[in-house]
Amino acid sequence: MNFTLFVTALLTGLGFVGLVSVLVKLLAPRSFNAQKEDPFECGIPTRGRSWMQFRVGYYLFAILFLMFDVETMFLFPWAVVMRTLGPAALLSIGFFLFILVLGLAYAWKKGALEWQ
Amino acid sequence: MFDFSVVTTWLHSLLSGWMGDSLAILVESVLVALVIITIYAIFAIIMIYAERKVCAAFQCRIGPDRVGKWGLLQVISDVLKMMTKEVINFRKTDQFLHRIAPFLVVTASMVTFACLPWNKGAQIIDFNVGVFFFLAVGSVGVVGILLAGWSSNNKFALVGSMRAGAQIISYELSIGLVMLSMICLTGTMSFSEICQQQAEFGWNIFRGHIVAIPAFVIYLIAGNAECNRGPFDLPESESELTAGYHTEYSGMDFGFYYLAEYLNIVICAGMAATMFLGGWAPLVVPGLDGFNEVMAYIPGFVWFIGKTFFVVALLLWIRWTFPRLRVDQILRLEWKYLMPMSMVLLVLMAVLVSFGLTF
Repeated sequence: MNFTLFVTALLTGLGFVGLVSVLVKLLAPRSFNAQKEDPFECGIPTRGRSWMQFRVGYYLFAILFLMFDVETMFLFPWAVVMRTLGPAALLSIGFFLFILVLGLAYAWKKGALEWQ
Repeated sequence: MFDFSVVTTWLHSLLSGWMGDSLAILVESVLVALVIITIYAIFAIIMIYAERKVCAAFQCRIGPDRVGKWGLLQVISDVLKMMTKEVINFRKTDQFLHRIAPFLVVTASMVTFACLPWNKGAQIIDFNVGVFFFLAVGSVGVVGILLAGWSSNNKFALVGSMRAGAQIISYELSIGLVMLSMICLTGTMSFSEICQQQAEFGWNIFRGHIVAIPAFVIYLIAGNAECNRGPFDLPESESELTAGYHTEYSGMDFGFYYLAEYLNIVICAGMAATMFLGGWAPLVVPGLDGFNEVMAYIPGFVWFIGKTFFVVALLLWIRWTFPRLRVDQILRLEWKYLMPMSMVLLVLMAVLVSFGLTF
């Protein structure tokens, strides 16, 4: 039943956007004008394309995020059984968390967390 | 406490009595879809009106007051206007990506919206891995924002979407970690069970005492950043980037982003209410039996919506009070303060739970 409802919610989202787009297409006026072919950007005519090389800093943070997010993902099943396992769970996850903190400390020391 | 599943089981037995089982499920799915869209639209209207009025009050203005009594119909007229505006789709964009970006953003927010527990038994999606599912689906919205910025062929939109990407994925880490500490406390990931436990043992924010209160504050800050609002509205900072990642969207295509953005605030606040403030659970003070009796008479959805709007009011207050941060300040705040702090909170919570020091 849960998966049916999940698919229902998914299709609701997609269908909502699709239907409203169709409705807008029927309602809204259309006109053509050579100026409309250009991106708006900030109002003045644009120069060149925007699909170009981009600042590497964002990429670095994405890599860091990937690392930590995958590691927190492993913590989810541990957190659920935490209460039943008691203090033993603390020991078993201690080493894992230590490595996680070590990774953060390394990134910090290397200056990966600075925005230059 | 009123259990809404009475209504749903009654409806299911009624429908499957009339028609076959599979047809009944189909009809129910259509009903659920209509309910989702209706509540979604109602909350969007309330949020946009509230935002404009609260903003006006903070800036000593009156705000919208021409359309309808106290400007109540302003949002509806805005929606109608938006639907009759031309959608400009110029050829220099990446057409395919430009079209699918609003689908991703709105669908992600609608599916996460369906996860909220409104009342006992009144929850649309209730997986046993609910929190994990919520975080996973919620981060699909980022992909939509990145696509919108990249496909627009517009340098400002590109900068805005890159900032949004860096900011949202960074703050997702601390949201994940503080939610983990609450999972440690409750020992389950399903939202309905989390609420049920809070109804029995008291709200998580009281139950987890020294850890849960800073965790709630971290959640509020990170949630605010997730919604691209408040002091963290760099992705669409209007004074530097025109309008950010949705500059090239016009008419209703822009409307979708607007809708999803406001609903994300409701979802963020609703999640704060579920994880920390007890969801639909009424306020229980041990010892005051008469008071508890009275509180238990208030229906669950009133509690849930009340708590949600309490958090929404906090978020609006933050939004209109603090000046915008710079991008390096935003990343420093997350990676050097909030993330280490939420890790420490997680360990502390694990210690508290394993030695039985929680209520």
